[in-house]
Amino acid sequence: MTVADPVLSLRGATRRFGGLVAVRDFDFDVGEHEVLGLIGPNGSGKSTTLNLISGALKPTSGSIMLRGRTISGLPAQEIARRGIARTFQLVRLLPSLNVLQNVMAGAVFGHRRRWGHEAEAQAMRMLEKVGLARRAHAPVGELTYIDTKRVELARTLAGEPKVLLLDEWLAGLNPTELEEGISLIRALRDEGRTIILVEHVMDAIRSLCDRCVVMSSGAKIAEGSTDEVLSDREVIRAYLGDDDA
Amino acid sequence: MTGTEARNLALAAVAFAVVACLPLAGSAYWLAIGVTIAMYTVLATSWALFSGPTHYISLATAAFFGVGSYTTAIGIEHLPYWTLPPIAGVLGAVLAALVGLATLRLSGVYFVIFTLGLAELVRQVIIWFQNVSGTKGLYVLTSITEAHIFWQLTGLAALVYLVGWAIWRSRLGFALRIIGDDEEVARHSGINTAGAKVLLFMVPGAVAAITGAILAPRYVYIEPATAFTPMLSFQVVIMALLGGTSRLWGPLVGVIPFTFLWEAISASFPNQTTLLLGICFLLIVYLLPKGFVGLLQAARKRVETREAWA
Amino acid sequence: MDILITGLLLGGTYALIAMGLNLQYGIARIMNLANGEMLVAGGFAAFWFWTAGQISPLLTIFLVAPVAFVANWLIYRIMLRPLVKRAKSRGQLEVDSILATFGLAFVSVGLMLAVFGGDYFSYSHLARPVHILGDTYALNRLTAFLAAVVICGALYLWLNLSRPGVSIRAIAVSPESARLVGIDVPKLAAIAFALGGAVTATGGALISMFFTLDASTGVLFTLKALVIVIMGGVGDVRGTIVAALLLGIMETFVASAIDPGLTLAAAYLLFVLILLFRPQGLFGRRGT
Repeated sequence: MTVADPVLSLRGATRRFGGLVAVRDFDFDVGEHEVLGLIGPNGSGKSTTLNLISGALKPTSGSIMLRGRTISGLPAQEIARRGIARTFQLVRLLPSLNVLQNVMAGAVFGHRRRWGHEAEAQAMRMLEKVGLARRAHAPVGELTYIDTKRVELARTLAGEPKVLLLDEWLAGLNPTELEEGISLIRALRDEGRTIILVEHVMDAIRSLCDRCVVMSSGAKIAEGSTDEVLSDREVIRAYLGDDDA
Repeated sequence: MTGTEARNLALAAVAFAVVACLPLAGSAYWLAIGVTIAMYTVLATSWALFSGPTHYISLATAAFFGVGSYTTAIGIEHLPYWTLPPIAGVLGAVLAALVGLATLRLSGVYFVIFTLGLAELVRQVIIWFQNVSGTKGLYVLTSITEAHIFWQLTGLAALVYLVGWAIWRSRLGFALRIIGDDEEVARHSGINTAGAKVLLFMVPGAVAAITGAILAPRYVYIEPATAFTPMLSFQVVIMALLGGTSRLWGPLVGVIPFTFLWEAISASFPNQTTLLLGICFLLIVYLLPKGFVGLLQAARKRVETREAWA
Repeated sequence: MDILITGLLLGGTYALIAMGLNLQYGIARIMNLANGEMLVAGGFAAFWFWTAGQISPLLTIFLVAPVAFVANWLIYRIMLRPLVKRAKSRGQLEVDSILATFGLAFVSVGLMLAVFGGDYFSYSHLARPVHILGDTYALNRLTAFLAAVVICGALYLWLNLSRPGVSIRAIAVSPESARLVGIDVPKLAAIAFALGGAVTATGGALISMFFTLDASTGVLFTLKALVIVIMGGVGDVRGTIVAALLLGIMETFVASAIDPGLTLAAAYLLFVLILLFRPQGLFGRRGT
């Protein structure tokens, strides 16, 4: 299945670690304003795929294109500058900077670059968006877990990226926080942002994703609308094992 | 510029004006100490500009310093003196850029190792060149006095502080603080981390070379063994870390006591200076990981919490 | 041909020294910049036993090795283990261990200067010529090389065949996974560090047979060992040996063809080439 005029496309993306093939011959497209779920069991290659897109790893073969221009092989900072921003599976904040400065990192060096008061204002707007404006001058060490996730999200938004990569952004939240988290991402979706969501929380995938790509053992096993994919026999087998299918 | 910044700037200007009057006091001993302190202040402060935020330990100071000394020693025959420190600065910056391009993409260990041997490497090459060309050491005979050297170094120190302050306020400074916290986040935020580091490393490279060029007339006779003393690199590291690298003025706090300690030890136990260096290193790692600056900040925090409770 | 064999003989001894450093860096994850001082201390011991009692360095190493093992084990437990524990990140441990081992290096040099003075020391043992393929070589160089080969070989077999050896190699590959399969990482890291120190000190005793040492030459050997380890690949025994032989040949070539004063420049040339083109080491794969 192809998307007309995709923002991001992978073609034959492959990554080997020695003898192990973590991602094998992977193709998919993400359209404008689309929220794409990238799902699959643990170790199926989702995070490696995100690392390939964001430039943390280089593909062994195949290509990745942003608006038709190849970005695979570029260093991570260049990919960030061209408009792909990501969060990390384990939240990574900058401990010596306060909340506002953490977000400014994205505003100053991201896709759309600002400096001085302009950057500060942009960072403040992003903090308002994620609901953390009143803690702007707090040290990041004082934040609760979900608030650290909010800061990281605000940082990736601050550079106005074309594509947002969220790596298990909802993992580890308690039920109340999860609800807040989901509505936050839904708000981003309603703004028309293009997002790739690596996620395990099924409720979140159902309510947020337009489409899903399912990986197992490094390869794509299914792709389609979320409902369709989640009822696919192959997908259920990959998640639960052969006996239950 | 905010009001506090303007006030700090004015205070610093006054302090520099007072310091610059030292040669007028007429004591040769104190002037000599003053030159030494000014030299180490310049070297340690510029060292900390790079190594503070990046945590890369540079041991290349002696190499840059030696390159600067040789610039003066060779150039004095052909060019007016005042052109030489700037030329040395350019050479130092170029050498730093080359070293940085080769090593700063990689982990800190490679950088330390590379800079550790750099002074010795340049020294070997110069000795070899002298052997081939049949020259020995070089004389630097000028009418430059100790007071001139002191003034030049004080001016250079002022420049280093200004540059440090300007970098801190710039995008480069912000990028470096991010790199110092988490290099991977920095890269994924769109920062060219290797580029920023190389650019910044050129600052201590240029400054140390200029310092070497300014001090060359003091030594009169320049030869590889004296121009490239590896000890210099280590002393600078210790002084900067002893003072603390998290503030611009931190290294100065380390330079002053260490200079006096070093003078005292080398006067009474000249063979034990190595031992002293070693003990200082251990002291820093185990007792003063953030230097005197860290100690002061911790003390201030304690007072603040006590006041908050009272 | 002459250069090749002299280079190989020198490289064999370098391999031993670098192997010691590699055990310490690859397994205990400590970049030990006091490694060269351990070498000089081994050399001092050999020198002292030779001048005091005409005891051959080949016998002295049986004393040097266990003493250095215990000394390095203590250094690791007392000085370095606390740094490993307090380090929040790999980078911080790197900085701390670099500064701490520098401190250790300077203290050792200071103490050796105080005890032995700043003189060069050398002695003449087995300084007879031997003939190989029509050229003459000093017997002490050949002996040191053969001893280094035997020790390297024994080490290689131990690392590949014995249970603790395999565990140690597992740590080199991945300390986290090693812990998960029940390997006592802190204990083996201490042993690897101690073993590395013992190997280096033994190398020092051997090299003192044909090399003039003084209290402050340690840092030069540290540098060479570091270059070899990086060239060969961290934790890679085979790479270390190849890199050491390469460096030995390169140095010998530069010394005889251009100028003996440029040996460090030769090592640096190799170093720069490696950094620019194969920072993962000669046989390393491009990692993650």
